[in-house]
Amino acid sequence: MYRYTDFDADFVAERNRQFRQQVARRLDGSLTEDEFKPLRLMNGLYLQLHAYMLRVAIPYGTLNARQMRRLAEIAERWDRGYGHFTTRQNIQFNWPRLRDVPDMLDALAEVGMHAVQTSGNTIRNVTADHLAGAAADEIADPRPVAELIRQWSTDHPEFQFLPRKFKIAITGSPNDRAVTRAHDIGLRLLERDGQTGYEVIVGGGMGRTPMLGQVIRDFLPEADLLPYLEAIVSVWNLLGRRDNKYKARIKITLHEHGIDALRTRVEDRFAELRPAFGGADRAILAALRRDFAPPALAQGRSTRVFETARAADPVFRAWCDSNLAPHRAADHAIVQVSLKAHGAVPGDASAAQMRALADLAERYGHDDLRISHEQNVVLPHVHKADLPQLHAALTAQGLGTANIGRISDIIACPGMDYCALATARSIPVAQEIATRFQALGLEDEIGPLKIKISGCINACGHHHVGHIGILGLDRGGVETYQITLGGDHSETAALGQRIGPGFAADEIVPAVERLVQAYLALRTEPAETFLACYRRLGPEPFKTALYGAGNEARPDAA
Amino acid sequence: MSILVTDTGFAPDDWTGPVCDLASHTDPAALQIAPDTGLVRIRFPSFADGRGFTLARLLRLRGYAGRLRAAGHVIADQYAMARRAGFDEVEIDAALAARQPEGQWLFRADWRAHDHRARLQAHPGARLGAPLGAGL
Repeated sequence: MYRYTDFDADFVAERNRQFRQQVARRLDGSLTEDEFKPLRLMNGLYLQLHAYMLRVAIPYGTLNARQMRRLAEIAERWDRGYGHFTTRQNIQFNWPRLRDVPDMLDALAEVGMHAVQTSGNTIRNVTADHLAGAAADEIADPRPVAELIRQWSTDHPEFQFLPRKFKIAITGSPNDRAVTRAHDIGLRLLERDGQTGYEVIVGGGMGRTPMLGQVIRDFLPEADLLPYLEAIVSVWNLLGRRDNKYKARIKITLHEHGIDALRTRVEDRFAELRPAFGGADRAILAALRRDFAPPALAQGRSTRVFETARAADPVFRAWCDSNLAPHRAADHAIVQVSLKAHGAVPGDASAAQMRALADLAERYGHDDLRISHEQNVVLPHVHKADLPQLHAALTAQGLGTANIGRISDIIACPGMDYCALATARSIPVAQEIATRFQALGLEDEIGPLKIKISGCINACGHHHVGHIGILGLDRGGVETYQITLGGDHSETAALGQRIGPGFAADEIVPAVERLVQAYLALRTEPAETFLACYRRLGPEPFKTALYGAGNEARPDAA
Repeated sequence: MSILVTDTGFAPDDWTGPVCDLASHTDPAALQIAPDTGLVRIRFPSFADGRGFTLARLLRLRGYAGRLRAAGHVIADQYAMARRAGFDEVEIDAALAARQPEGQWLFRADWRAHDHRARLQAHPGARLGAPLGAGL
């Protein structure tokens, strides 16, 4: 795993010194509130509904036990004893005081962490496949490239005052777990004729105008990555709209100019920028590959204790069936720890849980922890013989929930419980859906089903790519929930279709239940997933399940 | 009266020759400046408008080696960005200079240090403003 170099450590310490000075200069009037705002945002500090919120970067979702323990300490010392893991592999602390924030940043810097560019009109924290470096289906570990992009984008002198935020995601697997088609730039690692390169996708995004990205370069040689990324952002920085923040993202630039015109501009700019890169980036990438070398896995150790426990203990077996993913070494497993206990806040972890995860990562998982965009924690390298003990230890901390990829493994934004932008609550809807289907005992029978909930049209909860998406809106002071169906975040990405009028807060959970019951009745066999069934049949039978035969419009249509 | 900010702090504007003024919305396709132009001044209508940084960078890439100035609403926190993007100096008005005095600009006069991009773009063997980190 990559450890901060002296250069990184010095940079972050200096950056914190600058931010401490900026806070003081805001207080003495040197900086106006308008001037201070982007400076605090590019250091991860938001002003939320009730308090400031500090969003800490977990680059490409990777951290070690020491860093996780530090997050626990910060939660206890300066917050309310918990943190919230987000869909962009960050952690948010919801209750810091402004005067404490420079000290929190210093505490993070001591363990090689920071909050740089987790907000603002900057290139944000780079996200990657949370199973990187472990998954059986991987072509190459995307994290060395993600780290290279982190270094390039950090404090980039041209790109701190962009037209709008800019998000990059990368996957090294053909099975896209990084939602690359819903990012400003999505990168897919490829191998062609023995050469490593990237498919470069541009102009994806969610928000109020959801769009799937388009391929701007089908195979970019590895050596050209940084100048090509720089060309895209350089073109957009000058071409992107600054007259209307809702039309500023590169997806709108792409929509207005078309992929061919955008490609021509980018290729021309790339030709200008390419000679400016002298080769140090390639040497650094080669060094990063060594930093991310896979851990030395135990060889020849028996997995019998795992098979015995699996046969004897139905609770353990159920957890294995839902929470393990295939490791490239057959005697190891990737453990996905659910932060979606039924009735809990999706993505929240207490300080005690963070410490337990840190201990378990050291004991069983080569000191490697991941945060997934689905707001869960991953231990990517666990020997199967250790799984029974690991499961018991997780269960003791309330972390043994067996629901990864199931209907209760819901992505939900913070919604109106925290967020100043929200128009409706998200968390209670997620909690009620989870507890309802647990009570029905239907989760395993339903199988893979992704519900994603956003509390406003900015779509932080990724509802556009949920198999069932739920969008909370304010209609005349009343929370109203719209349903979209058929979204898909994976390599077969699709945007969900809005299916009809919205539902009131007390109607949304029964509506979801009707959808799921319809699916169970309509599927050809248990192996046909909700998404496959929807794609086969289209929206009509689900519309009927929601609104009754004839689909009569209701007077309170949203 | 305008104040000129450089790595050594505040000074009065000493330029008396012709000036080529460029707006932040200048079309990059038309961005070609004769090498003997005395002074190119890129306007910043708002500190939040980051186009000037990319325009400066393109001018330098296209061979302009003369004096390059950022003018308008540029804040002290952007001084290092301006220098790294290719500007030689920043021109601000008296009100901004009073609100953000010289010391706040000199705080960022160390713009060669901690520069990620210079490190990534270097040619192998080139001397860098910032030391390479351990392990690389």
